[in-house]
Amino acid sequence: MTRKYELVYVASPIATEAEVTDLHAQVAAIVERIGGEIEKTEPWGRRRLAYAIGSHKEGIYVVETIIGSGELMKEIDRRLKVTELVIRHLVVRVDEQQDVLERSRARRAVTSRRRRVARGLPPDREPGEGQRSDGDGDDDRDDRFDMSRGGR
Amino acid sequence: MTPRKAPGGRGARKDAKDKKDGQRRPMFRRRKVCKFCVDKIDDINYKDAKLLLPFVPERSKILPRRISGTCAQHQRKLRTAIMRARQLALIPYTSD
Repeated sequence: MTRKYELVYVASPIATEAEVTDLHAQVAAIVERIGGEIEKTEPWGRRRLAYAIGSHKEGIYVVETIIGSGELMKEIDRRLKVTELVIRHLVVRVDEQQDVLERSRARRAVTSRRRRVARGLPPDREPGEGQRSDGDGDDDRDDRFDMSRGGR
Repeated sequence: MTPRKAPGGRGARKDAKDKKDGQRRPMFRRRKVCKFCVDKIDDINYKDAKLLLPFVPERSKILPRRISGTCAQHQRKLRTAIMRARQLALIPYTSD
């Protein structure tokens, strides 16, 4: 059973860059061993923590998207728990949510198209149309601003 | 069937409340709308602290639906997102 998970871990701010890469390598090794695939790695870098964890005020965040089984994530979870360098981590399953998301987006696109056709408009939005496109309103406001400035 | 329902239940109570409000202060409260429905944000993601922060004011408690106007579905998603973000110290549990 392959599923998609998101793993976020927060490394202690005292960790060096080499140690953080090592951490990633450890995760990658487990994924390799049990069978899975790291789809994406997203290092956020240093970030202020919203509250102090232990004595730390900062953390080094890394987000990984992993395709694999629950067993794999269990093992990763266990390993991160015993790793001193990781002060927080979180595993979230994302595939189902993504499916729901895609479906709702698709549904919205279909309805909007149908409604536009019903109103006699072309099915897709054209650039420069509608309230939120290209900031036409913004331009107007800018003009007015310029005029008032010129008058003064 | 429908006309029998209308004067009895909800309608009557609403009238009474309106009257009371009207006597005190004729105020027009703006109808609250769900931010996520209006902006068409389907994905309330725990990693997006900027999105979540307006829903955890000052004391860092989750803003109730009756105040924020968020719809039930989105409030539910918001809640899980906030709880996850808290675990990762992206959002505080409490403030001082």
